[in-house]
Amino acid sequence: MNRIYSLSGLARPLVAALLLGSAFVSPAANSVNFNRDIRPILSDNCFSCHGPDQNRRKAKLRLDVREEAIAMKAFVPGKPKDSELVKRILTDDEDDLMPPPESHKKLTPAQKELLQRWVAEGAEYQSHWAYAAPKRPVGKGGIDVLVQERLKEIGLKPSPQADRRTLARRLWLDLLGLPPKPQEVDAFVNDKSSDAYGKLVGRLLASPHYGERMAIGWLDVVRFADTIGYHSDNPRNVHPYRDYVIKAFNENKRFDQFTREQLAGDLLPNASQETRVGSAFNRLILSTEEGGAQSKDYEQRYLTDRVRAVGTVWLAQTIGCAQCHDHKFDPTSQRDFYSMGAFFADIKEPIVGKRESGLLVPSDKEAAELARLDAKLAKAQKDYDAPHPELTSVFTKWQAASLVAAESNENWKQTKPTKVASTNGVKLTVQKDNSILASDKNPTNDTYTVTLTGALEEVVGLRLEVLPDDSLPTKGPGRATNGNFVLSEVTATVTRGKEKPEPVKFTGARATFEQTVANGKSPARKWTAASAIAGDAKGKPSGWSVLPEAGKAQHLVLELAAPLTIGKGDTLTVELKQNHTEKEHLLGRFRLATTTNAECARVAHPPAPPTEIVTILKVAADKRSGAQKDKLFDHYKGLVPELASLRTQIADIKKAKKDLDAKIPKCLVTVTADTRRTVRLLPRGNWMDESGPVMQPALPAFLPVSLKKEAKTNAPLTRLDLADWMIAKENPLTARVFVNRVWKQFFGIGLSKVLDDMGAQGEPPVNPALLDWLACEFMDSGWDIKHIVRTIVMSGTYQQVSIASKEMQARDPFNRELARQSRWRLDAELVRDNALSVAGLLVPKIGGPSVKPYQPDGYWENLNFPTRTYDASKGEDQYRRGLYTWWQRSFLHPSMVAFDAPSREECAAERNRSNIPQQALVLLNDPTYLDAARALGARIVKDGGSDPAARINWAWKQTLSRTPRPDELATVRQLFNKHLGQYKADAKAAETLLKGGAAALPPESKRAELAAWISVARVLINLHETITRS
Amino acid sequence: MSIANEIRRLGSQQQTRRVFLGRAASGIGGAALASLLSPGGLYAAAGKPDVKAGPKGVIHPLHYQQRVKRVIWLTMAGGPSHLELFDYKPKLAEMDGQPMPDSLTTGQQVAQLQGQKLVCFGPQTKFKRYGKCGAEMTELFPGVGSVADEICIIRSMFSEAINHDPAHTFMNTGTQLVGRPSMGSWATYGLGSEAENLPGFVVLVSIGVGRSPQPIAARQWSAGFLPSRHQGVHLRGAGDPVLYLQNPAGVSREQQGDVIRAVNTLNAQHDAVVDDPEISARIAQYEMAYQMQMSVPALVDTSAEPESIREMYGCTPGDGSFASNCLLARRLAERGVRFIQLYHRDWDHHSQLREELPVKARETDRACGALIRDLKQRGLLDETLVVWAGEFGRTPMSQRDKGSPGRDHHNKGFTIWMAGGGVKRGFSYGATDELGYHAAVNPVSVHDLHATVLQQLGVDHARFSEKFQGLDWRLTGVEGARVLKGILS
Repeated sequence: MNRIYSLSGLARPLVAALLLGSAFVSPAANSVNFNRDIRPILSDNCFSCHGPDQNRRKAKLRLDVREEAIAMKAFVPGKPKDSELVKRILTDDEDDLMPPPESHKKLTPAQKELLQRWVAEGAEYQSHWAYAAPKRPVGKGGIDVLVQERLKEIGLKPSPQADRRTLARRLWLDLLGLPPKPQEVDAFVNDKSSDAYGKLVGRLLASPHYGERMAIGWLDVVRFADTIGYHSDNPRNVHPYRDYVIKAFNENKRFDQFTREQLAGDLLPNASQETRVGSAFNRLILSTEEGGAQSKDYEQRYLTDRVRAVGTVWLAQTIGCAQCHDHKFDPTSQRDFYSMGAFFADIKEPIVGKRESGLLVPSDKEAAELARLDAKLAKAQKDYDAPHPELTSVFTKWQAASLVAAESNENWKQTKPTKVASTNGVKLTVQKDNSILASDKNPTNDTYTVTLTGALEEVVGLRLEVLPDDSLPTKGPGRATNGNFVLSEVTATVTRGKEKPEPVKFTGARATFEQTVANGKSPARKWTAASAIAGDAKGKPSGWSVLPEAGKAQHLVLELAAPLTIGKGDTLTVELKQNHTEKEHLLGRFRLATTTNAECARVAHPPAPPTEIVTILKVAADKRSGAQKDKLFDHYKGLVPELASLRTQIADIKKAKKDLDAKIPKCLVTVTADTRRTVRLLPRGNWMDESGPVMQPALPAFLPVSLKKEAKTNAPLTRLDLADWMIAKENPLTARVFVNRVWKQFFGIGLSKVLDDMGAQGEPPVNPALLDWLACEFMDSGWDIKHIVRTIVMSGTYQQVSIASKEMQARDPFNRELARQSRWRLDAELVRDNALSVAGLLVPKIGGPSVKPYQPDGYWENLNFPTRTYDASKGEDQYRRGLYTWWQRSFLHPSMVAFDAPSREECAAERNRSNIPQQALVLLNDPTYLDAARALGARIVKDGGSDPAARINWAWKQTLSRTPRPDELATVRQLFNKHLGQYKADAKAAETLLKGGAAALPPESKRAELAAWISVARVLINLHETITRS
Repeated sequence: MSIANEIRRLGSQQQTRRVFLGRAASGIGGAALASLLSPGGLYAAAGKPDVKAGPKGVIHPLHYQQRVKRVIWLTMAGGPSHLELFDYKPKLAEMDGQPMPDSLTTGQQVAQLQGQKLVCFGPQTKFKRYGKCGAEMTELFPGVGSVADEICIIRSMFSEAINHDPAHTFMNTGTQLVGRPSMGSWATYGLGSEAENLPGFVVLVSIGVGRSPQPIAARQWSAGFLPSRHQGVHLRGAGDPVLYLQNPAGVSREQQGDVIRAVNTLNAQHDAVVDDPEISARIAQYEMAYQMQMSVPALVDTSAEPESIREMYGCTPGDGSFASNCLLARRLAERGVRFIQLYHRDWDHHSQLREELPVKARETDRACGALIRDLKQRGLLDETLVVWAGEFGRTPMSQRDKGSPGRDHHNKGFTIWMAGGGVKRGFSYGATDELGYHAAVNPVSVHDLHATVLQQLGVDHARFSEKFQGLDWRLTGVEGARVLKGILS
């Protein structure tokens, strides 16, 4: 960091060390340190052409391996003047100069000086700091000791401990992400016991909100989001994974187990619902449903997405760079990249298209209910599937009758209407099977007119089938809520050419079923078939009906007085008059047929069975195959009244199960497919080039970690092996990477600043001993996350004040040396949580489906397939913590975006911490923050005391855990007085401001006052201090 | 992030503060705060852009002499058909209905025509020559045709991606990987903004058009790993033009000013105790927000424009149409906004090409011509670069599985056009093969296009990088790009 402050007064540092980001170097550290001083220069300026990537290597020279560099005579250790490297960096000859001018890279004089000194001192190499296993430093170790040692070296003094109020706020915000309540601060301030601080830490670590706080960073780095990301950006089911993460932190699940479950929770020997939900990690990629997407293309995208994720989450290695070529700076080869990808080739998933709904994740209660229903269903099904000898005789009778019905049916010819019409606007649609389905408007009465055109010869009967349909109430066939209809009258006319229509006369009407229940109003005492041709259609509530046989096919057979023949262009018009006085007793689905067989026109046989059953019936009983017999009996069991209650029981249980299923959360999880996808090394990362070798899962060669399994067996490695490798003791990266990210949560910046790259292009840690100590402590504690968090917050280093003196600001503006604490603006979710909390609106519920805070109309207008409207959550879900916000990757909630929450399209180990006008607009005008201001205003009036000064004091304590200074009090009083006067003068404006939101309205006389307090609350919610952790 | 960049960032941040506060940021108090606390200070600056006072970006001084100060990028989203609009292919007409030669299509990406027979489909519109230069374009483009002598048509573009989402991402960020900065963000990061109380990168999306247009994600104007303030701000055609711009109901503008003034005073009083440089930045942002609340509604109110101008574009104030957005683009250009990107969706003619393409032409053609003429008559065209481009073109083959025929996505050859400072006028560059499939003469990659745009802005694309995940990340990628010298005057 090329400091813009003066270096005078410091022990003379190596200038270049500053360029590496470590601010101060021990005066004793006069010799050049390869990892700290030289590797970054070589990596940034030379490795691109003289590094690990053999395809890009120029002049066959590589500078990342000492022996090879010496073999190529790049330098002579100890003799800078004889070294080509030194000559090349110092030359004036543009042709020889390194780095070459066209690279736009340039060494500073300090860097040139360092390289010369390094060669002079023997050009020693060190292995890359992050690839050597972390070592416990000699001596006592511990955060404070190691920080103090470093401060002593560079001549800085630690800062004093912060006051208890500050510490309380800091702990609450860092550990829970919530502000403390005034009484909680007071209790801590007044706790005189020697371990007051430790007790508080213990209490907060045990809070269920700790898991929520810790989850935020993890959800960023694993790119947890509610939608698929690409193109249509449709929803997917993953929220149980978020709750899994919260629970894992709360229960202090050990990080090694946490790792295993996420990479391979499905492969664990004792895999459970919980570990499977953990394996949702593998499904958090971006996926697509775009039409025309090529599956090979997306297969490749998903593979690279996963490799990048693993690289970021556990290794802080930019493995993704090796997709097209060997890594330019790190020893990751292209083979490493694809063999890492091959670990995930077993994951079952659609490549292009909608994600499956996923694993059911019931609560214990739901799981018990599910088991109960399953047992009940199994019992009922067993009873139903039994042989049922008691049915033998009725079954035989039914077969005979059905055969007759089927043969009769063959004499009926279905007609395809040329026109259908309704008098009262019912939508009538002719289906593929010639039936007519009614939908849309559902009036009380109607007359359907069906027109048949075309030649008919010698027709003696007309049949009206009424049919069930899933779109109808209780499946129809009528449109009444009970599935019934009343057909008051059927009439028919024939129109020949341009002649006047002639009526067709019916002499008989018979039906498969006639209703006998609820017959009080029927003059015929029955809802008979005959009443449909009685000539009394007008206004009288009689006609053909079928209750209680809803959901079944029936038919009405009308016998013609005389055979009817019409010519090709003539029409037969059938009118179905439905004049019942009760609501909606209309036909829902029906079909017309004609017959020329006089016998058929006189009988209403039961509806014929389906074709495939008729086929079996036609085979002589003793010639039927076993399968045919079973099929026939199964069909019969579905009809026979004797089994009706069993059928109903099964249907009811299935429905109950389905209803329960719909309520149970679902989660995409990892499931192994029957066949693995073939993974090839893709030359230049080109998915269309299939010339590369097929890759098997293999672990990166560059890390000194071996797995015992590898030697023992030939079975391919699995994701579980990958997980075990991640958390192997010898893996130098995993522990460092995790504690470095945790450190950032408590100090605002990592010990190594670049959280997602511990490779050559990353930043060597400012205090390597401290990072190593923490990493060792983490592993030695059994990967105990709470232990590390407790160790950090219990340290004196953590408890320092965050106010920096001018000197400190100048010497260490980014607080890399930890001679104080840091201050920073809260993360997006916590800005929200904080405002809702001080307003008393925050709903502390943990977990559940993601929620939708207010969002400006039209923000999703550019989403499509399908288009979407945003329905803000109602009730308590409107005031949930920020981490439960619906994470729409392509259009993340704008208040989240304003405060730098990442879209989570890619793994984000780091968040920007910007300071932009949109943040002001959100806190001033977003309805969420207005709600918070209204509620806070109401609380001020209700609980804040009687006079304005007391109320301001009270509000200050609620929001900032302190009392206002006199100048602050004056500023706010002035605003309050002015707005009180204005709202008194303009009652309408006050009413408008009070409207909406969750605040309870006070009596009329106090409205102006409340409005003015809302102004004060708005000010408080907008303060820099309010949204700052110090 | 490299140290050098951190310093640059710090520097530019300080300059930002300096602009807003009229001084270098250190401690509190000072003239700006005083001006902020007086009503005049809070109200005076709004609506009076001072285009000279803008903060510099990280590139300072510029690598080259700047030919244009800003870019207006007209994104025709969905992939307009070059074969009906700009690239007339008699041979394709001749081969209409015949199989597409395998030699062209083997080993190429295919989108919705996967597994289908590939059949030539002749041009479906009539072409004519426009202007003195005789540029050949569809008859559907009299408006663009009327400025034919101002524009440069490039008929040899190609892209890597063949699906909408990745192709937009590639056209905007130079990579198909998500999470990288878009070109507008690069431009404002590199050059800063000249607009004092407006964002430097503004996005406008036409509303109320289309059958079922392709979605557009906010990632297309994301700042990626660059500082968040370089993200594109969507200036909306309906509702608040900028999100959360409107005061809460029941709060007057004066009262909002009171609240902001109290916030800033209290922040300053707090700064006096804790001495935190972030606080002066926070104060400046509140002032900026307050100014935007006034300046943005004034900006988007095009009813103040003379009738003749509105007539020229063919727009009605407040209709959110492409024409209105073109007029807004000019107003934004006048106010010093660095990068203005318009989106007009629904050019995705898999089917109904003959029926629907004229609809898109009607919605856009007149305004495109008007924008060029209007910029020119104000002397702004010389310092502005206008780019008209889709994310890809369309296949010379027909697609017939969705009703009346259309064309599928095509990334191996398509047409864009440019106009403005430093670009040859009435000029055509590059060509596809005789069937309009491959960019055959002077092929132009998306990276070449970006390199050229950056050069016009005064930036050497090869020297403009940001350290991200260990790489010197460039808008133009790692493969190298060439500036299209052939189109520059």
